[in-house]
Amino acid sequence: MADMKVYFDHNATTPLHPEVKKEMIAAMEMFGNPSSMHADGREARANVEDARRKVADFIGAQENEIIFVGSGSEANNTVLSLFVCSSSQCIPGSRRGTIITTKIEHPCVLETSECLAHQGVRVKYLNVDRYGKIDLDQLAGMLGDDVGMVSVMMANNEIGTLQDIEAITKMVHESGAYMHTDAVQAVGKVPVDVRKLGVDFLTISAHKIYGPKGVGALFVKQGIPYCPLIRGGHQERGRRAGTENTLGILGMGRAVEMRKIEMPEEEERLFLLKQVLKKGIEESIDDISLNGHPTDGLASTLNVSFTGVEGEAILLYLDLEGIAVSTGSACASGSLDPSHVLLATGVDAELAHGSIRFSMGRESSMQEVEYLLDVLPPIIKRIRNMSTAYIKGGLHAASR
Amino acid sequence: MLQAGEWAYSETLKEHFMNPKNILQGENTDDFDGVGMEGNLQCGDQMMVVIMVDKEKDIITDCQWKTYGCASAIASTSVLSEMVKGRTLDDAFHISPKEVALELGGLPDHKIHCSVLGDKALRAAINNYYTRNGQEDRVKQEQAKVICQCMNITDHDIEDAVLEGARTYFELQEHTKCGTVCGQCKDETEVLLEKFKHIHFGA
Repeated sequence: MADMKVYFDHNATTPLHPEVKKEMIAAMEMFGNPSSMHADGREARANVEDARRKVADFIGAQENEIIFVGSGSEANNTVLSLFVCSSSQCIPGSRRGTIITTKIEHPCVLETSECLAHQGVRVKYLNVDRYGKIDLDQLAGMLGDDVGMVSVMMANNEIGTLQDIEAITKMVHESGAYMHTDAVQAVGKVPVDVRKLGVDFLTISAHKIYGPKGVGALFVKQGIPYCPLIRGGHQERGRRAGTENTLGILGMGRAVEMRKIEMPEEEERLFLLKQVLKKGIEESIDDISLNGHPTDGLASTLNVSFTGVEGEAILLYLDLEGIAVSTGSACASGSLDPSHVLLATGVDAELAHGSIRFSMGRESSMQEVEYLLDVLPPIIKRIRNMSTAYIKGGLHAASR
Repeated sequence: MLQAGEWAYSETLKEHFMNPKNILQGENTDDFDGVGMEGNLQCGDQMMVVIMVDKEKDIITDCQWKTYGCASAIASTSVLSEMVKGRTLDDAFHISPKEVALELGGLPDHKIHCSVLGDKALRAAINNYYTRNGQEDRVKQEQAKVICQCMNITDHDIEDAVLEGARTYFELQEHTKCGTVCGQCKDETEVLLEKFKHIHFGA
C-alpha cells in the first residue's frame, strides 16, 4: 500500500488553510445569534460583518453587495430562480422570458435551468469550441429583447477553461439583459474584480479556496432586482433567511484573506507544476489527449483523456497508490453518460470515458508530481493490457 | 471520528480488480475455440471472452478475457472467467448476471449493468464455438421481442432500463418512453419490470 499521499482533487474541494482552521477553532466558543442585541449576539454580528468586508474587498465589491449563502449551488439556484418570480421587484421574466447559459455549466445551473424550462422559461444553451470557450458570435445572435439573463461560468470545474466574462458582460448589458457568472472555480485562483467584470451577479464558494464547506457568497450588484430564494427572516438584509452560519462565514472571511496574500505567487508555481505534469504524461504515455484551453485556463487544472481505458479504473488504481484524482467518466458516479463538459467540447464519448482531472493546490509539490509520473504510466499500461480497445492489430480494431 | 470507509465495492471485487485473473495476453485469439464480444467503447463498457473447450466432454477448460470498463466490469469478467472453468457448455451458457454479482460479494445497484456484459460475451463465445464446430443447431440467439409497438421498445430495452435504475413504471417510461403513446402494453411491461427487478436485484 502506498506510503505517499497525494491530493490532486482541489477542484472538488480543498483542505482547510491552517490559518482558517486556527481562526475557526478559536471561534468555536462564539455561539451568539448575530441578530441578538446582547453582547453574545453583537460578538457574532461583528465577526460576520468583518468576514463580509473581507469577501467584498477580495472581489472589489461593496459590503452590502455580499449575501452569505449555504453553498455555490444555493447562490446559483437563487440567481436563476429570480427569473420565475412574478413580483415586480424581480427580474421581469414575463417580458424577457429567455435565459441563456452554456452547455458546460455545473449541474446546479443546468438542472435549475431545466426546471425553469418546465415553468415556461425559454432556455438557450451556448456551444463551446474544442477548448471549452463559448462562441461570442453565437451569443450575439441569441441576445435580443426577449433575453432577461445570461449565466456563464467563469472557470470550468472539469477542464479549467476561462471565459472572457468582461467581454461577455458588455454584450449582455448592451442587449439589456442581466449577467451572472458562476465564479466558484475562479475566485481565489485568478484575479476577480466585479467592477472590472461588470457582472450583476457572481457566485463564490468557500470550500474551493481552503475555507469550510457549507458556506458561499452571492454578489448582487447594488440596485439590481432581487428577491430571496429562502424566505422568512430578516438575515442578510432580508435577502437570505436563516440564522447565519457564523463559524463558516468567519472561516470564509479568513480564507479569502489568505487567498489575497498567497494567490499571486501560487498561480505561477502551479502553472510550472502543471507544465511538468503535462510534459511528463505526454512523454511517458502514448495515445493521450489534453482537454481544456492550452493557455487560457486555470493554472491548477489538467484534464487528460487516455485512449482505451475507463476513468474509474484509473481513479481506483491511483487511489490504491495514495493519489486522489477525479474522473470525467460518470461510471464512477453512477450515471452511464460521460462528462457533459467533455462531450460539449467535441471529445468522443469513448475518450470522455477515459478522462482524468488532476487539480492541484497550494500544498501541491514537485515531489508529488514526480511521484504521480512514476506511478501513472504503469497503471495505464496495465489497464490497456486488459482492454478490448487494444486488440487485434491495434487501436480500436474491436470497435470497427 | 470515522476513518475513510472502504470502496463502494466488496473485498472480493476489490481483490479481482487489483489482481485480475486470466487476462488474455497479447492480441491473438486464433488459438481459442470460441470468441465472443459484447458492448462498445462509446458506452464505456466492452468485454471479450475467449474459451478453450474439451470437445469430448463438452467442458470449458480455459477462459480468458479482455475488458474495457470500470472496476466492477474488470472484476466481473475476472470472476466469471474463474467460474466457468470446468463447467459444461450448457451449464456455462446459463450463468446469470446475478450469479456473477453474487460471486463478487454483491455489486452496487448502479453497477449491475457492468456484470451483464460478461455473461453475454460468454454466451457469444459459446455460440461461436458451436458455429465453428458444426453444431449450429445448438446456437441460441437472444432475440429481442418488441413490447411497445408505438415506440418500438423491446424487452431488452426494458431490461437495460431496469439495470440503469428504473424501478417503477413511471421511471421506466422516463428511461425508454415505452407506453407513452397508446399505453396498451402497460400490463405486459409491468410484468417484465417485476421480472427483471427480481432477476437482477432479487426484488
